[in-house]
Amino acid sequence: MDAAAAPIATRPAQTGRVARIEAAVPWVVLAAAAVALPLFDDSYAGVIAQRACIYWILCAGLNLVVGYAGQIAIGWVALLTLGAYTTAVLTAGTVMEPWHPYIALVASGVMGAAFGFIIGLPALRLRTFYFAMTTLGFSTIVTQVALAWKSVTGGGIGTPGPVFPWPFEPGWGFYYFCLLLAALATWMTANIASSRFGRGLVAIRDAEVAAEASGVAKGRLLMTVFLFSGALAGVAGGLFSSLQSYITPDAFTFDLSVLFFIAILIGGRGSILGPLLGTIILTVLPEFAAPLVAWSTFLYAALLLVIVLAIPGGIADLLDYKNRRPLEQHREIVTRPELLSRILKRQDGGGALELRGIELHFGGVRAIDGLDLEVRSGEVHGLIGPNGSGKTTALNVISGYYRPQAGQARLDGETLPFLEPHTRAGQRIARTFQTPRLIGGASVLENVMIGGTVEGRCSFTEAMLSLPRHHRDEAHLHEAAMTALATVGLEGLAAVRADRLQHSELRFMEIARALMVRPAFLLLDEPAAGLSAEEIRRLGALIKAISRSGTGVLLVEHHADLIFDICDRVTVLNLGKVLAAGTPAEIRAHREVVSAYLGA
Amino acid sequence: MLESILSYGLAIGAVYALIGITYNVMFTASRVFSFTAGMLGMVGGVLGAWFITRLGLPVIVGFVLVLACGALIGVVTEIVTVRPVLKGIEQHLYVLSTLAFALMVQQFVAIEWGTEAQPFPRLLPIEDGWVDQQFVLPILACILTVVGLEVLYRHTLIGRAFRAIAEDSYAARALGLPEQRLRTASFALAGMIGTLAGFTGAMMLLAYFGNQAILSFYGFVPVALGGMGSHRGAVVGGLALGLFQQAANFLVGGIFAAVAVFVVFIIVLLLRPEGLAGAATARRV
Repeated sequence: MDAAAAPIATRPAQTGRVARIEAAVPWVVLAAAAVALPLFDDSYAGVIAQRACIYWILCAGLNLVVGYAGQIAIGWVALLTLGAYTTAVLTAGTVMEPWHPYIALVASGVMGAAFGFIIGLPALRLRTFYFAMTTLGFSTIVTQVALAWKSVTGGGIGTPGPVFPWPFEPGWGFYYFCLLLAALATWMTANIASSRFGRGLVAIRDAEVAAEASGVAKGRLLMTVFLFSGALAGVAGGLFSSLQSYITPDAFTFDLSVLFFIAILIGGRGSILGPLLGTIILTVLPEFAAPLVAWSTFLYAALLLVIVLAIPGGIADLLDYKNRRPLEQHREIVTRPELLSRILKRQDGGGALELRGIELHFGGVRAIDGLDLEVRSGEVHGLIGPNGSGKTTALNVISGYYRPQAGQARLDGETLPFLEPHTRAGQRIARTFQTPRLIGGASVLENVMIGGTVEGRCSFTEAMLSLPRHHRDEAHLHEAAMTALATVGLEGLAAVRADRLQHSELRFMEIARALMVRPAFLLLDEPAAGLSAEEIRRLGALIKAISRSGTGVLLVEHHADLIFDICDRVTVLNLGKVLAAGTPAEIRAHREVVSAYLGA
Repeated sequence: MLESILSYGLAIGAVYALIGITYNVMFTASRVFSFTAGMLGMVGGVLGAWFITRLGLPVIVGFVLVLACGALIGVVTEIVTVRPVLKGIEQHLYVLSTLAFALMVQQFVAIEWGTEAQPFPRLLPIEDGWVDQQFVLPILACILTVVGLEVLYRHTLIGRAFRAIAEDSYAARALGLPEQRLRTASFALAGMIGTLAGFTGAMMLLAYFGNQAILSFYGFVPVALGGMGSHRGAVVGGLALGLFQQAANFLVGGIFAAVAVFVVFIIVLLLRPEGLAGAATARRV
């Protein structure tokens, strides 16, 4: 096949070398300034720079939680407190034999990780405000305990912080230590952010349901990030205790938590550089505005309000000039079904996806009332019926979002567990949604790469340390995603932010994302809704081609023409029951279907 | 000892319950969890001390002024932090906007009135006989509020409109109810209830800007456990929380009390995110 051999641009133009140099400039400037700072020999500037580094170590981790995963963790100062007291108490020698400061610092990291995990647990089940409240409650309690547990923490009088010995003595030595750890934290979080784990976090933030359908295991990923972020906060706390040289519960006011949180939001969600600049600005600013120091928290809070109401995108959004360039006006989606052979391996068929005796009711409403359905490999199976007849609900049962009161879902004879939607991608069941679930803050390419989550081989640690397997994963996912985009005709838009796309383009983007799963079965929920006649024709040809490569397609649709054109078999639902099933010709002639749904 | 656990526990529990009701009143009208509930309680105490002790106003005048300020703050909260967010796409941003506003008020108080806890005047010119007014007044305020809300919701037209909005704001708007005005009104009402809690509780808690965080959290615990929107849950939960805290304070010490409340809160929510008395609602796909 000539067409299939045609080259695909494997890199979108904007991520070329020039763009990469451009992106590196602010980092080089920052690094040079940080390394050269001691040349000015201003020890007060040194203290402020140490503080900025320490705050950033915490914020770098918190950024993954707040900026990437979208979890409103406002009480993060509690982990700084824990880390600071851990180092201070272990090195003071009042409770036990004094530890070496560097070992105590490691202990602070472990402590931070453990409590980061504990604070994070509620995020798995609670809505945003509840989670925000639990983190706030945790920070109040940590302060209360620090005040009351006098024998260990010294109560309100406090406890001295350690002095780090050679090679990082107080002064510039300690500064370089903080800077080194800050650079390390930046590097690790940047690696995570640009890996499939980072994309998974953004997906959880913007489109949780789609993330699960793509195989992102929300609980596991979030808990790993809470561990990591907690460890960074604990280490930051250990350094903070040395910087303060004497710590009391007063040093850890809620204002600090607000500062961390606002630094990230000012910087912008889903960016590393933005929050870093935000942290530096918020640390340094009060030094220049001495008369305003008393008002600093008030001003932070006012800033937070302005950002939330006026520029939710933060600094990063203001810097992102590329995504303000106008897109071409009259774009056409030219699908290339011939490329499918590169994504989908030909399957030998014979498999089946079945629903048996499904009954599902929400309170008194019977959404599905005893449904049997079988989709075979290599066929397009239409599922039609009036609104409210249970079509989308049936898809949701297959994808595992609902647990029916009775019945089973089976894949090739094996029972599929309910309420575990993130396992479906691993079973090679992919889907699209009635309303496209886009990850608005990510590029089209990243939206599609999310679909390949289950193909990723490297672990979180490998991604964090940028080890070879991580790079192989990325190269592989990148190439597969570009091929999928070329197949649906969107490769020219790969670098564009997904929330700038037109509705019809989002529908095709979702199909590309589903193709990344290399599905044995593909569930499409009204893919033609909102498309032009020409686009529907191309969509039809694409769906047909997908099924001919061996994938079973379950198509929920209202466009009767499309259904009768491309379906091999059709099932008609009414009031949660099968009204009729058969070939398109049989359905078209079915008297009840015609009167109930199709019309004469 | 039992006597002081009961009196102090019930009184502080009544304050928590009132703050919980403040959350509820704002929530039912707007589906917004507002961080301003604890702030209102704090403001009630600080403003009360300011009007009565500092400016020397009569108790009753000070009381009315405090409630008026509460209503005003409620209205401002709605206009500044809730209305713009509900118009936007990312509605959960109300968490941040209400938090920011609450912090601004708290910091303003800290700067203008100082960060030291100030004494709060005795409100009634009576000797403490077998009852102590600092314990009786919050409990009384709680009872009156619950009865008042019941009368308002069941027997007045505007109360029925509130309930209609809470039940189904879409349908209520289709019926021609002025949703936005009702929402503003209920934020004003919540402002009055919140400051009432702070005003009557301040003889125990003092006029202190730091009460905000404590009231925010301990006022939220009963409604989260009792189910959002349920006043009964807030009252039962609040009183139980107050009694438990005081008993633990006396018997095993303050650290344990604080940690135990937090642990119970987390565990219950992990097991039943909708609260002990709430009903599960979930259709997200």
